[in-house]
Amino acid sequence: MSLSDTQNGRTASLLRKMGFSGRGLVIAVPTLWLLVFFLIPFLVVLKISVAEPLIARPPYSPLFVEGPDGWSIKATLSNYAYLLEDSLYIKAYWSSIKIAFFSTILTLLVGYPMAYYIARSQEPKRSLLLLLIVLPFWTSFLLRVYAWIGILKANGTLNGLLISLGIINEPLIILQTDIAVYIGVVYTYLPFMILPLYANLVKLDGSLLEASADLGASPISTFFRITLPLSLPGIIAGSMLVFIPVIGEYVIPALLGGPDTLMIGKVLWTEFFNNRDWPVASAVAIAMLIAVVVPVMFLRMAQTKAEENA
Amino acid sequence: MADSAIAAETKPWRSGTAEPFIRIQNISKIFGDFTAVDDVSLDIYKGELFCLLGGSGCGKSTLLRMLAGFETPTQGSITIDGQNVAGVPASERPTNMMFQSYALFPHMSVEKNVAYGLLREGVPKEQAMARTAEMLNLVKLGNFAKRKPHQLSGGQQQRVALARALIKQPKLLLLDEPLGALDKKLREETQFELIRIQESLGVTFIVVTHDQEEAMTLSTRIGVMNEGKIVQVGEPEEIYEHPNSRFVADFIGTVNLFQGRVDVVAPNEMRITGTEAGDLITKPIEGLSAKQTVSLALRPERISISREATSAANCIPGFVEEVAYLGNLSIYRVNIASGKTIKVTLSNLDIEGEPITWHEDVFLSWNAGSGVVLTT
Ligand SMILES: Nc1ncnc2c1ncn2[C@@H]1O[C@H](COP(=O)(O)OP(=O)(O)O)[C@@H](O)[C@H]1O
Ligand SMILES: [Mg+2]
Repeated sequence: MSLSDTQNGRTASLLRKMGFSGRGLVIAVPTLWLLVFFLIPFLVVLKISVAEPLIARPPYSPLFVEGPDGWSIKATLSNYAYLLEDSLYIKAYWSSIKIAFFSTILTLLVGYPMAYYIARSQEPKRSLLLLLIVLPFWTSFLLRVYAWIGILKANGTLNGLLISLGIINEPLIILQTDIAVYIGVVYTYLPFMILPLYANLVKLDGSLLEASADLGASPISTFFRITLPLSLPGIIAGSMLVFIPVIGEYVIPALLGGPDTLMIGKVLWTEFFNNRDWPVASAVAIAMLIAVVVPVMFLRMAQTKAEENA
Repeated sequence: MADSAIAAETKPWRSGTAEPFIRIQNISKIFGDFTAVDDVSLDIYKGELFCLLGGSGCGKSTLLRMLAGFETPTQGSITIDGQNVAGVPASERPTNMMFQSYALFPHMSVEKNVAYGLLREGVPKEQAMARTAEMLNLVKLGNFAKRKPHQLSGGQQQRVALARALIKQPKLLLLDEPLGALDKKLREETQFELIRIQESLGVTFIVVTHDQEEAMTLSTRIGVMNEGKIVQVGEPEEIYEHPNSRFVADFIGTVNLFQGRVDVVAPNEMRITGTEAGDLITKPIEGLSAKQTVSLALRPERISISREATSAANCIPGFVEEVAYLGNLSIYRVNIASGKTIKVTLSNLDIEGEPITWHEDVFLSWNAGSGVVLTT
């Protein structure tokens, strides 16, 4: 046994004494990651959300205060109460969830046929199509959303095309409406829907579809009874990847949406940078997290169940 | 249920006048530049359990898939019970298929899998469920109705697939390697189960297999395929005893093949010269010309083995290289002067006295009528 072996052995036994097994170490890495990059920032935001705003640096009151009879905790729920008082916040939450929900459905409707087609095509066409799906990631997201302004504006590419084709006489007002937000979201998040759907559909055993046809089912019936239920895990995975980030989306509504487009990401931005009310902004963020976690937990449960069935 | 006379007993193909139930006429299937099925014609009769037998890649599944309607023939026509099925989609054909992988719907219970065909046909739910229960009893899965396919063993899954394919009472059931995924013992039991079910329902079965023993056990008739062609059709015994080519003789069971030239043809006897076992005497066959190259196919059990020379038409000396004891029979590998190894099987019941063993000098003998003369 060499020295370093002995050393390794000692380290291992030491770690074991501290409660780390080999398996524990494997889990320890992601645990540490979550701790540093999720839990600690979350606690910081949580702390700020129960503070009072101050004109100071940083612009909020400290959590632990030293008084005449030692340290005490100074926390308030008034920021959360404020979220309930001003209907702006409830409206923004509701509108964010609504926009996220409908964009998820739209993305699913557009993405499913595309994923299905890619999964059913042969190599090398399949690889080429997959490459085309991820190709947009190679340019900046901001630039791509910005490009949509040029396409959608009153004297933009789309209106120019439609007018020159004689389909419309007056330019359509799309930019700075919710429609533009939907277009931008569906465009941006489509790959996140297509890729998990593709990964699921490509595994679908073609003989199941043949068996269904053989037993007398029409192609439509086969789709709804076999293909769709078996692709449910893919649908749920893709929907989560779209729904969650869209709730907090800021860039797309800021660039493509109008003054009426109310989304929680925009509200958050305004509180932080325009009003410099960090405690309220933090409360908005925490409330949003809770608003997201609950539906996602239901989706996760549905996904686990769907996977068990498939 | 079934016709009182089943095809296995009436043997309608022997009559020459019976109307075939399924007519396959000059069917070909070409994938790109590869001919998977090559000008196959085949008549199959009602109530038959017909086996398509051939090695991997010879086009068996492709032929079956054309019958089911999953592949369109490049050429030729298929008639099922008088109806030309060209252009009829799989969902509307009077056939059902049991897939090699079983293709059970993983998200549905056993019961829902089996009822699927009836429900798609519009049979009322209650009636469909009653018939499903009946069918599950037939395949002895009555207690497993609520399970999911992945909770069943391979043998149980196989029976679910069979029940699902039979529930619509198809005119023709197509089975692609139905026992291929089962282990040997289960496979043997299931073979008889399959025959029982086929005979009790009277449905015509076409079974694809690459296992010649399975084909021999199951079928009323066997169609042997090679490179997309049907090379011989016949009852199991006929194929075994009278193969029409070296390929069939070699594919079905074990055979000793001797190649030589036709020498003297007499009314009752014929001589083949220049084989690895010297000159051999056989029964003559028609249509041979002098000096034509032919093969003699000789089954191992047709050869007898003895310590002394015999007066049989053919008797050649040899040396026992190896003996394998298989319980009911023994297999001898005997080397002859030319160096060729000849396989001989002997039923252990027939052995009298001290059995012949390794490294003994022996004589192999057989009669003129024991082998089959093959020209191709
Ligand atoms: N869809 C297809 N495209 C191209 N070649 C095919 C296709 N289906 C089968 N083949 C080819 O046809 C041949 C026969 O296949 P198959 O009928 O499945 O053989 P078997 O069932 O006798 O093993 C194989 O060489 C196979 O590669
Ligand atoms: Mg096959």
